[in-house]
Amino acid sequence: MRRTGNWLAHTVLILGALLFVLPIWLAFCAATLDPAAIDRGELSLIPRLGHLGSFWGVLAHGGPGVPPVWRMLVVSFGMALAIAVGKIVISILSAFAVVFFRFPLRRAAFWAIFVTLMLPVEVRIIPTYAVMGDLHMIDTFPGLAVPLIASATATLLFRQTFAAIPDELVEAARMDGAGPLRFLKDILIPVSAANLAALFVILFVYGWNQYLWPLVVATSPSLDTIVIGIVKMIGIDTSTEWNKVMATAVIALIPPVVVVVSMQRWFVRGLTEGEK
Amino acid sequence: MERRTIFAGWKLPMLLVAPQLVLTFVFFYWPALVAAYESLTRTDAFGIHVTFVGLANFRSLFADPLYRAAILRTVGFCAAVTALALGLGMVLAVAADRELRGRDLYRVLMIWPYAVAPAVSAVLWILLLNPQIGFVGRFLVTHGIRWDYALNGNQAMLMVVLASAWKQVSYNFIFVLAGLQSIPKAVIEAARMDGARGWYRFRTVVLPLLSPTLFFLIVVDLVYAAFDTFGTIWAMTEGGPAQATQTLVVKVYNDGVVNLDLGSSSAQSVVLMVGVVALTALQFRFLGRRSGA
Amino acid sequence: MKRRTLLAGAAAAPVAAAPIVKVLAAEPVKITWWHAMSGALGDQVARITKQFNAAHKDIVLTSVFKGSYPDTLNASIAAWRAGKAPNVTQVFDVGTGTMLAAGPAVKQIWQLAKETGADIKPATYIPAVRGYYSLPDGRLASMPFNSSTAVMWYNKDAFKMAGLDPEKPPQTWPEVLQAARVLKAKWADPLNAQTKATTKGTAASAAKPNAASKGGLIRYAVTTSWLTWIQFEEFSAIHNIPFASEDDGFKGLGAVLQCNSPAHVAQLQRFMDMEKEGTFKYGGRDSAPDPMFYTGVVAIGFGSSAGRGDIVRNAKFDFGEALMPWDPAVSKEPHNTFIGGASLWAMTSPHRTAAEYKAAAAFFQFLALPEQDAMWAQNSGYVPVTLAGDALSRKQGYYEKNPGTDVPIKSLLRSPVTPYTRGMRLGRLPEIRNILYEECELAFAGKQTAKQALDKTVTRGNVVLRSFQKSVGG
Repeated sequence: MRRTGNWLAHTVLILGALLFVLPIWLAFCAATLDPAAIDRGELSLIPRLGHLGSFWGVLAHGGPGVPPVWRMLVVSFGMALAIAVGKIVISILSAFAVVFFRFPLRRAAFWAIFVTLMLPVEVRIIPTYAVMGDLHMIDTFPGLAVPLIASATATLLFRQTFAAIPDELVEAARMDGAGPLRFLKDILIPVSAANLAALFVILFVYGWNQYLWPLVVATSPSLDTIVIGIVKMIGIDTSTEWNKVMATAVIALIPPVVVVVSMQRWFVRGLTEGEK
Repeated sequence: MERRTIFAGWKLPMLLVAPQLVLTFVFFYWPALVAAYESLTRTDAFGIHVTFVGLANFRSLFADPLYRAAILRTVGFCAAVTALALGLGMVLAVAADRELRGRDLYRVLMIWPYAVAPAVSAVLWILLLNPQIGFVGRFLVTHGIRWDYALNGNQAMLMVVLASAWKQVSYNFIFVLAGLQSIPKAVIEAARMDGARGWYRFRTVVLPLLSPTLFFLIVVDLVYAAFDTFGTIWAMTEGGPAQATQTLVVKVYNDGVVNLDLGSSSAQSVVLMVGVVALTALQFRFLGRRSGA
Repeated sequence: MKRRTLLAGAAAAPVAAAPIVKVLAAEPVKITWWHAMSGALGDQVARITKQFNAAHKDIVLTSVFKGSYPDTLNASIAAWRAGKAPNVTQVFDVGTGTMLAAGPAVKQIWQLAKETGADIKPATYIPAVRGYYSLPDGRLASMPFNSSTAVMWYNKDAFKMAGLDPEKPPQTWPEVLQAARVLKAKWADPLNAQTKATTKGTAASAAKPNAASKGGLIRYAVTTSWLTWIQFEEFSAIHNIPFASEDDGFKGLGAVLQCNSPAHVAQLQRFMDMEKEGTFKYGGRDSAPDPMFYTGVVAIGFGSSAGRGDIVRNAKFDFGEALMPWDPAVSKEPHNTFIGGASLWAMTSPHRTAAEYKAAAAFFQFLALPEQDAMWAQNSGYVPVTLAGDALSRKQGYYEKNPGTDVPIKSLLRSPVTPYTRGMRLGRLPEIRNILYEECELAFAGKQTAKQALDKTVTRGNVVLRSFQKSVGG
């Protein structure tokens, strides 16, 4: 019974993994081909392992029109980290306040935050850019990250998580004489660890993949993120060196994957451990 | 969202929500107000000639049968992407929420698509589905299937739904898995003792406990499908053929950034905002209540 | 791998331009150039920037990639509105109408030349190039930069296989139709039969490496990139008929579309008929169909002359570049085509100094130097924009060593420029192009007739034109 269940699970997961990995495997294989092979429709599922040079090439020297990839990795990493941490901090605080307190305009505050789910950056570029100009944040590192920290997704998640916490737990904490901030630190955050870890991964990748805003707000090449680098390498009116694009794309996957791996143990534990 | 036990005081909570509110007002409400104002004007791209036109932009928008068609198309697209992404994400998460050999590896593999830059994921899907150079596309064509998304609107729609959902499955997988992990083992054990098994146990015990997460995911998936798929659609079809894959946000981008028709583009943003706020309020009323939130 | 490394020698003529503007200030003037040139073209922009800075010790030019053409334009607009516009920005051809209506946001070239005293003469530039970016009276509004035009690419090997003369590409539309039928019968069909036979045999062919090169592609006789630009806008110029009234919009903002004339309807009908008989394959919008030519899927591909680099690098067959065909039923002789691509605009900003404008003018003059123009054209695949640059390329033997590279220039100089062959001066042209695409796609899918498609294009397009006219206060 249990055995067959496991076989089924393995089958489902392997199929899923194939579905997810195939396109990325294609990107890896493409990185080992000659620059124009993709355009000729000669992409194959077997990488030419003798031709991994494109990876070192882009990492150290960049590609057509872009600086070395390692530098863009640093910028992207900083931006993604700032966005993820920033969002999580302000969202935990506001969700905590909304769920565990009664204060004037509480509902209004919640809704004011919540409707920000709906306005994508693409639509508000011009006014947002003007605001950043007034704040002297154009072409600065904070300018890359700060406007993207404002969003409601994380608040909504923490609100959902906190709302599911039994009243008894709060009661017990209060009996122990824990103040609100200690309750937050010692109970709420450990209890939400699984969701927090999941959210961190998601937000990190969200920040990592930002394109339009960094493109508009940053003009110094030193602020080029890796996604901008990839788009820069895809030629218009000229052929694209697909091997370099794909090598960069594959390298760009590594930091998010490292983040996922290092968050693993938090995913796995989470509430089950915090419960005691 | 009402709970019985709360902390006293109002200064601390107001201090806690302040950073979020400040950022929200500066980077959301201010631009939104500008958009709302622009929706009432006729203006050139540079904002040099600005004429107040009242609701003219809205009137012409709703008089346009193509816009009404785009609304319906977007609803269908969002529903399809959400169902596919959430369904697949759940199936995979349930499978991965077991004591399995290689579990950690599976989890990493499931996250990858989310980390692929949209510009690259569109290229990868084209490499799969292009009727000439794509693996699958070529296979279809040489086996007598008229696969031609450059002219066949339904096929183009199918393609953007697949590509959009593909990128979002990871998101759903991660949160459903985190949600499953958060369900106390004791509860599951108790249900097992009571003789509940398989699908029945999942439906009666696990699903209700998962519902806050699922509610969150439905909201996020809908918002994702409505707004964040723009990059993928744009890179694959630019909304074509004809307007077969033009969703509302593709139209907003197209009219605002490409066509530089700021009045109409702003009016569309306002319609989107109003629409989604209304939709979310409804969700909170019906879904939110049941999900114990 | 750099493209056309062969030519590096010819192209590397040293640039010894004397600094044109002498600014006495000790501090160098800093100017910024936003552009949309990605990939190998981005490297060319970097080279130009470096050489300009080397030649002008008193100026520091920085070039910044700002995304696609629409993204670059949008970034420039947002920046101008925030008082932070770049000194120079690159705007695609179809954005010209928008920029001309931008009033105080830009300094048109004639204005810049007058204010800075820089010597910039319109006559330096090839007529069909400058026409696109000039005011009706001939004053230059923006600086021609990357320019290409419409050409017909054809696969000489396919022509040979079909028994056609590879040195005599079809010149008129009836000849194209005839050639297309022969190519289908004697080249595409036999190869497709072979392909189907081999793929039937190996079920796993979809995942087989190199299936494409071993005949996995379905072939068609003809395709076209840039359907709207090449087959309608350039088609109008070639036949000296209006695409829109007011001389294609040059004379005023009141223009209405006229692209539903019998000649235009016949043109769309031609493609619909070809699609039905299997000689034409619609491959998508803009440059999306480009790979169909260089991968050998089609024998004739209409496209931009700027696609040459891709074809040189990818085509595993002998190819030719020819002038666009014309329809003798519409016009006795063919006229010149106009350009596509982008130009450079000088932008204003609240605290911009006279020295900055001077530096921008110096940069424009630098680009027009024959050596610079010729080098840019040879390395990028665009046409030279100055007459002297073209002459220098010829003298260097570039056209001789690279047969076909002078076709775009020949096409631009095919006839004297008339009011209908200058280009398109329509507001929100990108939107009009998309409308035309949409209606043609519906027609190809069999959902409407050619006449209906173009009538609807005109109706919908005119709404856009009127809305633009009102928005700029016209």
